[in-house]
Formats: sequence, C-alpha cells, structure tokens
Amino acid sequence: MEIQPLGDSALIVRVVADFARDPDGSLTAVLDVLEALEAAAIPGVIELAPAYATVAVFYDPVRISMNADSTDPFESLRKKIVAIISAGSSKKKQRSEASAIEVPVCYDRAFALDLDKVEQQTGLSGTEIIRRHASAAYRVNCIGFSPGFPYLSGLPAELATPRRATPRTDVPAGSLAIGGAQTGIYPKNSPGGWNVIGRTPLVLFDVRRDPPARLRAGDRVRFRQITREEFDEMSR
Amino acid sequence: MNVSVSSAGFLTTVQDLGRAGFRRFGVVVGGALDPHSLRVANILAGNDESAAGLEVTLGNLRLRFADNRVVAWCGGPFVVRIADNDFPAGHAGLIAANEELLIAAPESGSRAWLAISGGIELASVFGSRSTDLRGKFGGIDGRPLSDGEILPLGNISERTHRITDALHERKISEWSAPAPWIANKKGERFLRIIRGSDWPRFAPDAQSALLREQFIVQPDSDRMGARLTGTSLIRADSEELLSEAVAPGTLQVPPNGEPILLLGDCQTIGGYPKIAHVITVDLPIAAQLGPGDSVRFSEVTLVEAQQLLLEREENLARFRIGMQLRTS
Repeated sequence: MEIQPLGDSALIVRVVADFARDPDGSLTAVLDVLEALEAAAIPGVIELAPAYATVAVFYDPVRISMNADSTDPFESLRKKIVAIISAGSSKKKQRSEASAIEVPVCYDRAFALDLDKVEQQTGLSGTEIIRRHASAAYRVNCIGFSPGFPYLSGLPAELATPRRATPRTDVPAGSLAIGGAQTGIYPKNSPGGWNVIGRTPLVLFDVRRDPPARLRAGDRVRFRQITREEFDEMSR
Repeated sequence: MNVSVSSAGFLTTVQDLGRAGFRRFGVVVGGALDPHSLRVANILAGNDESAAGLEVTLGNLRLRFADNRVVAWCGGPFVVRIADNDFPAGHAGLIAANEELLIAAPESGSRAWLAISGGIELASVFGSRSTDLRGKFGGIDGRPLSDGEILPLGNISERTHRITDALHERKISEWSAPAPWIANKKGERFLRIIRGSDWPRFAPDAQSALLREQFIVQPDSDRMGARLTGTSLIRADSEELLSEAVAPGTLQVPPNGEPILLLGDCQTIGGYPKIAHVITVDLPIAAQLGPGDSVRFSEVTLVEAQQLLLEREENLARFRIGMQLRTS
C-alpha cells in the first residue's frame, strides 16, 4: 500500500498494486479501507472517494494542522491513515454478501445504437451478444464520469469492444454501453464514446433521493432482459 | 426581497463554496472557481463565507435591487459601477433600492465573484446552491442567469447592518481587503505546482518543458478545465492507467500531450496521467485564465504549498476579525 499526495488538499491511498490480477478481491480490499477510514471520522477529512484500486481522501490542511502536533498536514494525516488501516486489517472482516441488484434492460434494436459495431468487432450475432451480456455477473468498480455513472467489471472478455472513434454528442439517458473491457450505464443524456447496446428504464441518479445514486462502488449487478412493452410500462 | 437581472451577461451563475461529500456518487464539487475571492467578498458584505453569490464570466452584468443591500466583489480587472460611482474590487458598497450595479466587460481576465448581503436564497441541492451546469441542478435549475430573471435574496445579517452604519452614507467603504487578494495581475501568469503521482511516467524532456516552456490557453476551455497547448508532454511509459480521483488544480495529460488544468467543475475521476497539481493558493490565478492567455509553471514542494495555504487562512482569519473591529 502506498499513500501519495493528490495536490495539497487531498491524497490517494493505493490499496492494491495490481487490480487486474484479482478485480473482485482488489475491490473488496479497497472497500475495507474505505469503511475503516469512514469509521475513523478523522477531523479535517472532508470526504472519501473510492475508484478501482484507490481511495482518495480530501482534507482541509488547516483543520488537520490544528489537530496535530506537526506543521506538516500531509505527513500527520498519512501517519494517521497508516495506523487506521493497519489496525483495521488485523480485524477479521465479516462482509455480508449482499445480493445482486437487478437492472432491467431492453436490448431492442431501437435502443441498441451500436449493436452492429459490437457484432462486427466480436463476430457474434446480436442475439448471442445479448444472451452473453445479460447472463454475466457484474460488480460496480466505481461511480464517476457523470453523476451516478457506474463502471462495471465482469463483461465477458469476448464482448470487449473499443470505444467509438468519434463520441456521440448525445447518448440517451438509461443507455447501457460497452467501453473496452467494461460496461456502464449513462444515467442522464450526455455525450459519450461507449458502444450503446440497450437501455434501462431504471432511474440511476435522482437529486431528490438520498443517496442520489442507485448504485455504489462494490455493488453486484445483474441485467434482466425485458421486452419493449415492459420497458414502456416501467418508464411510465 | 430580491434583485432583478436587467442584463445577465455572457455567463453568470449562482455559486457558493461547492458540494462536499458527493464525489463518490460522481457529483462534482463545483462552486466558485476561486472560492477565496467569494469568501472575501462575502466577509465584506457581512455574509457567512459560504453564502451564495454570483460568478460573472466576461462581465456585461446589470442588476437592479429592490431594497438596500451591501455588495462586494473580487476577481479579474473588471470595471464595476454602483449608479455612477466606480466600485473597486475588495471594498464594501452600499446600493440603494432601484439603483443599478454594472459589471462591465474586463480588459483581461475572465471572472469576478459578487457577494450580496443576505446571499442568494435559492434551494440548496446536496448542501449547496452552486449551479452544476452539466448535471443541470443547483442554482437556478442548473442553468446560467437569463435577462429579466428575479433572484430572491436572504435576510440581512446583524453584521451587514453594522457595515451599513459604518459606511456613514458613503457609497463605497474606505476600508478594503488586503491588496494581494484584489491585485489585478495582467500579462503572463505564473502558477506554482507540486509534482503529481504520474510525474515519473514522463520523459525528462517533458518534465523540464513543463517547468521551462510557456503554455497557451485554448478557446475550448471552460469551468471544467483550461486546455493548454505548447510543447507536447510525452510519456516515457505506456502502462494502461486505472481511473482514480482528480481534483481542481490537477494537471492531467491526455495522449496528445496537451495538458488540461482541471478547475472547479472537473469530473470526479479520470484516467489520464497526472503530471502535476497547481497549488490551492494559486487557483485564483488559474480561475482568471482565458483563451489566448499564456501561463508558465514553477515547482514548489508539498510542504511549501501547504504552508502558503495555512498562511493565507491565518490572514483570512485576521481579516475577518479586522472587519468586525472596524464595524463594531
């Protein structure tokens, strides 16, 4: 584990060195660190943001220095974090295995704007792509890019498709897409370069909800294929 | 009571000090691109430092007030008038009902922050009234001000009443914020940086070019970031990077080698290598960068950067106390 400055008011805890070797275990390790730091509620820490192999810690150097005997805020916070994480890792974690969140998806051609491109890329038929995509188990690596956008790992390797050379200027809200080896969902209409293969009627981000995002890092996700009629019914 | 917008200008948004605590949901921090300037203006107007004010981009803003208010502004070299009086940066100004405040187009620089006593009283979203232009929420439904708009203002504080008394019918205060906070630096801008975690991934040529060469701000810059062009900063390695957190001030380098200096509306995570970070006390300079401006970077240590920030905060605390003494 390594702790590096992210400018003068944040730092990054690099929890695992090689995320790709064991994505599932890596993500669990990252979430353990996130939980331990959250529980410690260090005065002067403003917020924590996990992403893949890292947890970013945003802090107020003024408040950190008020609560430390050192005048080096980064160094005193770094020491605290190291102590919290090593104390946390000595405890046996009892992470209850949460059941997967089901996301209904309509893979209708009208929504699957880039299915033809994925067909060409993978050499598989549309039906086969959908079958494989809908039967895999996914996990949220992090939320980012835009409010509520989940980056999901677990895409069957044969479905990996490079991003579009020219991003779309307006990807419709709810679009399910493949970007390289990952899959994700655009919560709102936005520009984007991933290959759209379906659409969910589920609202993934709502400013009136607390928390505002339906999914969070670590969540397990499964897609359930729905018909156009079901989509229209659920969108009402 | 309220203020009506006779002319909304090029891009004026409601901003406070931004949203904290929602990065993990992909929600940007946003807020004033130069939070320090908004804090100083709020102190001068008798507000809480976190009160919502206006971020004015390239000027042409005209406001008419329904009642008496104390106003203050900080930022670029704008010409600002209350009725027919010049209203310099970093001063408290008294504006009467039906009088007009004008923020004209600046000679250089991009942005100014205006505080109005009582603050702009719009609904708070995730603990902030800041306008998230891409998320389309906060402020006025996530959009900039438009002509003819009416903005609701909050109640005037006891502190503002004392400031009004201390002005003695004068329009503009004799006192002002410390000179360095209201200095309108023109010409080439210097930004201090500390090394980013991906600094070692760049070739020695790229590292020295960053600290030696001049970079020019591109026209497609916005509240997310200032796109720079100059010597292409080329990586020495080709490792695929996983996305991780970025922050305002982060200098990230896409594969084309042209660095992007991230500002307040930057996305929460990014996958481009982070060659460096502009230090927090220099973000006010970064927030003034406009298309065609030139910028140079110089390196400081993290310890120096944090020391400068602690000093600025001490000075701000002193200024706050000084203002209370002045108007008690």
